[in-house]
Amino acid sequence: MAPPIQPVRVATCATLLSGLVAMGAALAQPLGLPPVPVPQNNPQTPEKIALGDKLFNDKRFSSTGEVSCATCHDPKKAFTDSPLVTSEGINKLTGTRNAPTVINSAYFKLFFWDGRSLDMEDQAQHPIVNPVEMGLVNHDPVLQIVRTDPDYVARFKKVFNKEGEQVTMKEVQQAIASFERTIVAGDSPFDKWHYGGDEKAVSEQVKRGFNVFLTKGRCVSCHTMEQDYALFTDNRFHNIGVGVNRIQAEIPQFAPAFLTAKSAGTDVDKAVLTNPKASELGRFAVTETLDEIGAFKTSTLRNVAVTAPFMHDGSLKTLRDVVEHYNNGGVTKKDDPVNDFLSGGIRPLNLTDAEISDLVAFMESLTSPQFAAQKAASANPASCNVKTTAVANVSPVAPAGKSASGGEGM
Amino acid sequence: MDIKYDRRSFIKTSTVGVAGAALPLTMVELAFAKPSDNFTFAYISDSHIQQIKGNQFVRNWDRGLIRAVAETNLLTPRPDFVIFGGDLAQMGSKPELDHGAELLSKLNGKVYHVMGEHDYYLDLGEYWSKLFGKHYYSFDHKGVHFVVLNSILTTDEWTFHRWPSNEQRMAEMAGLDNPNGSPFMVGDQQRDWLKKDLAKVKKDTPVVVFSHSPLQKIYKGWNFWTDDAEQVQALLAPFDKVTVFYGHVHQIQYNQIGNIAFTSAMATAWPWPYPQSYSQAQQLLPKLTVQMNRADPFFERDATGWQFIDVNSGRASATFNLYNNKVRTVAFDPQAGHPIDKTYQDPDRRIQPQTHY
Repeated sequence: MAPPIQPVRVATCATLLSGLVAMGAALAQPLGLPPVPVPQNNPQTPEKIALGDKLFNDKRFSSTGEVSCATCHDPKKAFTDSPLVTSEGINKLTGTRNAPTVINSAYFKLFFWDGRSLDMEDQAQHPIVNPVEMGLVNHDPVLQIVRTDPDYVARFKKVFNKEGEQVTMKEVQQAIASFERTIVAGDSPFDKWHYGGDEKAVSEQVKRGFNVFLTKGRCVSCHTMEQDYALFTDNRFHNIGVGVNRIQAEIPQFAPAFLTAKSAGTDVDKAVLTNPKASELGRFAVTETLDEIGAFKTSTLRNVAVTAPFMHDGSLKTLRDVVEHYNNGGVTKKDDPVNDFLSGGIRPLNLTDAEISDLVAFMESLTSPQFAAQKAASANPASCNVKTTAVANVSPVAPAGKSASGGEGM
Repeated sequence: MDIKYDRRSFIKTSTVGVAGAALPLTMVELAFAKPSDNFTFAYISDSHIQQIKGNQFVRNWDRGLIRAVAETNLLTPRPDFVIFGGDLAQMGSKPELDHGAELLSKLNGKVYHVMGEHDYYLDLGEYWSKLFGKHYYSFDHKGVHFVVLNSILTTDEWTFHRWPSNEQRMAEMAGLDNPNGSPFMVGDQQRDWLKKDLAKVKKDTPVVVFSHSPLQKIYKGWNFWTDDAEQVQALLAPFDKVTVFYGHVHQIQYNQIGNIAFTSAMATAWPWPYPQSYSQAQQLLPKLTVQMNRADPFFERDATGWQFIDVNSGRASATFNLYNNKVRTVAFDPQAGHPIDKTYQDPDRRIQPQTHY
């Protein structure tokens, strides 16, 4: 079967992602995914993708020379920094947010957890100059390198027909985005069953879990699906009671104070990653609309079993914790107070333990084959799908051998 | 002066205000000669707090009111006061009114209350009065005369002689399209009071009236109606600038009759109309005989909201804070001589009506 990751030619990825197609091979559509949207002004070419790959992995674009994009979006960890709760940038500085996976981010309409970046090209420039990520004061050191390093000079000349000062951050960002657009992955057991018609691709538990997903779990309203593909995101922002619950009491003072600071020139990108309170304002920090206080982007569910911990702040360790948070109606501990600004879509679900286990099994069936090995090897408890006395059925989703690792039933 | 009520900057300036800091001038200061006479108030309505049993209340309606209160408390600059537009309770019971009052107690600042039929028809407003005071009254604020009417009264025969129990009387009036209901009215006694109250007010004083039911006749079948509306309107006719705000209809309406500008309030509980689709769980929505469609029933706050009112030079503009929707502003337009929706006034910018089958 043609693998979803297309012409990635990174040493770090190549050994890991089995079954890479040779560059230039026909781009077979991964099962369960639509064509990747590519902006007209940044067409994909093999050379540009390879250039983006190199840029993505270049640690020289950080103030310490130790951090690249791949530090927090590590191909070996499904393009996250799992199991870190929030990402570590230069000098082990931690930000406020959990690194989202790059896998299938090509389909997002807005970028970052709060959607403050409007496209993939724009997104790529910000971590470089964020004080807790790559820590550069400005982009000049990046430009210095790509304009003088002989390999970069040759590549930018070939890809963009530009050299010297003609090479700007625009080209750097375009190349990185082109690379990221190749990091797509479908073909999960769920896809083989639901879109491929293979009844044996998933267990009965997964099928039951899918039914909970569609009905009583109310999941599909935000983690949306289409007739012939599923991105599992509505590309919208919702207050689901994560993070914001911690700053509830302070919102009446802090929200107006943040807007005052913003109008006085505070950089939102820096503020939300360095100030925990500002971070929890979510989309409100960007749009300033009351309806979006504490609201964050709906994540895709694809490969979610290999990207623990979960939520924008990494505050939930397991998929079971996530489902229980929703089952409690937007609070992690059942008796915690619900935040005043909670989305109208969130309410207690009254799922049984068995239904929760089924739902987790369904999510575990969304792992693409090239990341299944990561799941098996993962030491993190992402798939620890057991609660108290209830022992989940062993899911046939992951490849053989996983039962000995931290998979289901642990 | 032609004021552009740009939605976003308006929200920035007037809502989560900071505005003062964000922009050199607020919309209000741009618009009027005497900024000291301009003010805002918040307007929350139709929360329908409903007891299931004991201390269990319908979560959906609770969340709507809780959210409106929390958001109202973020308004900067602070509104001068808050109006609660009626139907705090669903079945008028003490536990419902108590629970509603508790949720409202988190509001910063003075709250004025309007009587709704769901607050009234169990004990004819007796317990409500203990919590919130008179059923109808007036007050003056920064040169504007405010009147609060109890517009949901009806005939003595229906109220006192038709029903075997107070509970049944309440239940009959609680149905939206129940043929056993009875048209609302302000009534002779209250109109006499209104006449005397207004006699003390100069004709160029702006008058703002709050009622729960519309003081105009919209649709009798759903009691979007006040039977003696024309007689009340006649008492208001001599004044230069009159604005009537009403709840009850759970949707945005605006209209002009003579000198009176009408604007409705959104509900925090549920929108009229709504479908019973997408149940999956007990909904506890009041029964509606004729189903109509609605935007997004998954998001329980969708098509609900609350509003804040900007009163300037005696005219009002209402900004509706809506969920999953763009904020809308309905403001009196001096040139047109009636309220207009600042976003959708042009035919080519209107929301197309939905198709009903």
